[in-house]
Amino acid sequence: MMRVRLTVNGRPREADDVWEGESLLYVLRERMGLPGSKNACEQGECGSCTVRLDGVPVCACLVAAGQAEGREVVTVEGLAPEGELSAVQKAFIDAGAVQCGFCTPGLLVAADELLDREPKPADADIREALSGNLCRCTGYEKIMDAVRLAAARRSAEPEGDRA
Amino acid sequence: MEFLRPASWEEALAVKAEHPDAVPLAGGTDVMVELNFGHRRPERLLDLGRITELGEWESDGPAVRLGASVPYTRIMEALRSELPGLALAAHTVASPQIRNRGGVGGNLGTASPAGDAHPALLASGAEVEAVSTRGTRLIPIDDFYLGPKRNALAPDELIRAVRVRRAGGPQQFAKVGTRNAMVIAVCAFGLALHPESRTVRTGIGSAAPTPVRAREAEEFLTGVLEEERCWDTGRPPPPSAARRFADLCSAACSPIDDVRGTAAYRRRAVGVLARRTLGWAWQEHRGSARVTEGAA
Repeated sequence: MMRVRLTVNGRPREADDVWEGESLLYVLRERMGLPGSKNACEQGECGSCTVRLDGVPVCACLVAAGQAEGREVVTVEGLAPEGELSAVQKAFIDAGAVQCGFCTPGLLVAADELLDREPKPADADIREALSGNLCRCTGYEKIMDAVRLAAARRSAEPEGDRA
Repeated sequence: MEFLRPASWEEALAVKAEHPDAVPLAGGTDVMVELNFGHRRPERLLDLGRITELGEWESDGPAVRLGASVPYTRIMEALRSELPGLALAAHTVASPQIRNRGGVGGNLGTASPAGDAHPALLASGAEVEAVSTRGTRLIPIDDFYLGPKRNALAPDELIRAVRVRRAGGPQQFAKVGTRNAMVIAVCAFGLALHPESRTVRTGIGSAAPTPVRAREAEEFLTGVLEEERCWDTGRPPPPSAARRFADLCSAACSPIDDVRGTAAYRRRAVGVLARRTLGWAWQEHRGSARVTEGAA
């Protein structure tokens, strides 16, 4: 068993008694009380555990907890300050892009990273950025609408006002 | 279980020498699946994530020395002109999340016949840099794959890099699957034209116990291109020769029936991919406008 220290959503965190083969996802959900990242396929197929590791979107189920030592993780809980919603989160609600909601956290993290990288994505960019996130309610059209809406709203806002 | 976290390459080699059973862990896209599903409970994990040079590449004479952990995302973004076949293959790997973590070292270590990098490496020509405390071996890619998920690494060796020959001509990669993302290849095909040596090389994925080259097809096409003076005139090989090339590529397969497809389908599809990629590559060789967009 080992201790793992990392920064999660801007705050230093640590977990004790972590099993050496344990995933970052398990540590986030079960040891740090951050259940936003979802645990589904455990093999990188579904994207519902997508988090940013040093800024890069990854499947938290495929990162060993020990590999996250000393690194920065952002989960869906860190997309906006407590009690607020980010542009992408608001757009998912407004566009009706949430059905059962299970895939939503992973999609939000992936879409948020896309818009940081590419503020005005073409549809092909959106499809590719979200290609590792499965929605089994198959609400993909609304999800596309939501990302387009978020992109338009973010572009219309002055830089400093972004959540 | 022990989680070993060497801070340097030398330390990693020393650990691997002392504990040959330690399982190397880099992007985790294969190893973590096995751990999550309880298919594997190694005594030791050897995390290579702190060793920065594994994530870098450099020019090495006629080759690019590609660090074992350079993520597929970087390969498709930064190495498209030098290693076009591998860049195309990299773009067909799984999803952005997986491409941000996985690299060619893991593909080689796992040595699955379905690994996406293999056909491109076989077609380009490459050497695997296998290192232990005993020294460095350069294993030609043709000798690297020994069987399904078996490779030529010794138990105390780690993959430092793969030296991939820089493209001297057009390269193509095509893969059959049910969608563009998150697909384990039903079958895949890589083709490289080598105008400098007036040769052609191929790589076939997911259609034999290991990734393989279609050597008879390569020799046949190399001969036709010479006889028909295609390299000099820029004329494409005659359609009958392209068909024969495709048939010989099919014949190089020894596929199985499995959940992803039947043996007969794979054999047939590899021929189709061979003919298509040859068409695309030759068009590009003649300087037409086709840009290297992957097809899946």
